[in-house]
Amino acid sequence: MNFVVPDFYPAAAEIFVAVMALVIMLASTFARSVARNLAYLLTQATLIAAAFITIFTMEGEVVHTFSNLFISDLLGDVLKLMIYFSTAIALLYGRGYLADRKIDKPEYYLLALLMTLGMMVMVTANHMLPMYIGLEMMSLALYTMVAFDRDSARSTEAAMKYFVLGALASGLLLYGMSMVYGATGTLEFSGVAQALYNQTANQTVLMFGVVFLVAGICFKLGVVPFHMWVPDVYQGAPTAVTLVIATAPKLAAFAMAVRLLIWALFDIAEEWQMMLMLVAAASIVLGNLAAIAQQNIKRMLAYSGISHMGFMLLGLLAGVVEGDRHFALNAYSSAMFYAISYVIMSLASFGMLILLSRAGFEAENIDDFKGLNKRSSWYALMMLFVMFSMAGVPFFIGFFAKLSVLQAVVAAGYFWLAVLAVVMSVIGAFYYLRVVKVMYFDEPVDSSPIHAAPEVRVMLSANGLAIAALGLAPQALMSLCAFALLRSL
Amino acid sequence: MLENYFPVLMFMLVGLGFGLAPVILGRLLAPYRPDSEKNSPYECGFEAFEDARMKFDVRYYLIAILFILFDLEIAFLFPWATVFQEFIAAGEIAWFVFGSVMVFLAILVIGYIVEWKNGALDWE
Repeated sequence: MNFVVPDFYPAAAEIFVAVMALVIMLASTFARSVARNLAYLLTQATLIAAAFITIFTMEGEVVHTFSNLFISDLLGDVLKLMIYFSTAIALLYGRGYLADRKIDKPEYYLLALLMTLGMMVMVTANHMLPMYIGLEMMSLALYTMVAFDRDSARSTEAAMKYFVLGALASGLLLYGMSMVYGATGTLEFSGVAQALYNQTANQTVLMFGVVFLVAGICFKLGVVPFHMWVPDVYQGAPTAVTLVIATAPKLAAFAMAVRLLIWALFDIAEEWQMMLMLVAAASIVLGNLAAIAQQNIKRMLAYSGISHMGFMLLGLLAGVVEGDRHFALNAYSSAMFYAISYVIMSLASFGMLILLSRAGFEAENIDDFKGLNKRSSWYALMMLFVMFSMAGVPFFIGFFAKLSVLQAVVAAGYFWLAVLAVVMSVIGAFYYLRVVKVMYFDEPVDSSPIHAAPEVRVMLSANGLAIAALGLAPQALMSLCAFALLRSL
Repeated sequence: MLENYFPVLMFMLVGLGFGLAPVILGRLLAPYRPDSEKNSPYECGFEAFEDARMKFDVRYYLIAILFILFDLEIAFLFPWATVFQEFIAAGEIAWFVFGSVMVFLAILVIGYIVEWKNGALDWE
């Protein structure tokens, strides 16, 4: 029997988070009186400690362990660090909001930690089964978090929709995986890549599987035509949960797309690029046009998220042109840069909504931003940064993100796609600028001062300033993305 | 290759026919004279007492979920138990194999403690 004890060292961060989840579960059960604060503080401490563990165990080269089920590389490490930070910030913003609504149960933080663990497993999977397990772990925690305000009909409805559609998408993904297994005889990403390179796979079965895989990925990213759940879930979920859904899971979905499409299916890149092209174009058009009609800002940001994910796909689909792989590194790192900068912007935008909400009042309409400049000119400025950055106004991070994916698309020769994306982002600028107009030129409906915990004020200001600062110096983050991909491919 | 599945198709068709035929035959052959009394719902001959769509206690549901969880645990232990002898013969590795299953059981025990402490097992 040839079985060796696997090397646990590369998975130290995952093991640590799993153990801490159990510790928090026990601690919050036995110390019920202080459980809320305890669970929150332990969760934040775990995320910070996991970041240190990830940094210290970083090897800079590709390491496989657990019989090749697990891969540790720089791409995974960078994405994991971003996942810890965005989850930690999302929990920090959301804490006061949940406390105001009396739903800040310790289980919330436990679920957030288990979601993080699921995402870490997705990011470091080198095999379709751990990828799927990580995905389910993340999704199940998210479904529960959406339904956390269980007396609210809207949030349970959103959770139900999310659950049913998510189960369908998981089914599609699994079906695709089984087809790819049927065609190549393996579920391991490098094994699939090897089978494609040797051309031993049955093409019909393989293509069938790839279509289902792409559909599953598109659902998790929330792009057209698998976007139906996004606006309803974003609107129905408590804002603190929307903040969580709109940030770290997008990075995990990006990692899933990269691992499945590039690590496993790179040899048939031209086939899935065609699919992504249609999906990306449709998302950019529909996301931007539908967002114009929204009065509810959570719904508006949901449609804007659909179009942003479409933009991110522009980077993924520009890797290979007629068998030429020169552009691949550039294109994929631009997509990664786009995903990370979207997460930073998304954190700040939903953070602002939480800042304006208070006990008994939900800030969720564009009208709630009326005259924000008169109430607090500092936060109006922060929101201005976020909206300008999302619209792609020069010298904010969102501009460089759009620029780099468009450069990748033009380099690959898809001019029509670049023109479409530019035209649509100009149309899209309208609804971002409308929020800015409402903040600066309308009279406030409600002139009560803004209440927020000091740490939320500091973090939100830092988040807004980061959007501006990274826009002035995007090079560092861009080269980090390129370096991480270069060392991992 | 596809013709191997022909019995499956036959099975599905026969199954479908077996279910549908009595219903269709009954509708065609039996006398059919509905009136409002015959179509109205009743409980053992009485008028219906309440609406059929009522709230019911979800305690059964919680117990059922917990049962499934701990039932699956046993399902995982069976294959492990059958190959464990071979691992013992292989020497050193046996402790690792034993340890991993104990970690798995420890996680379940923690889950059990939490559900007990939180009162999920109390009927009232």
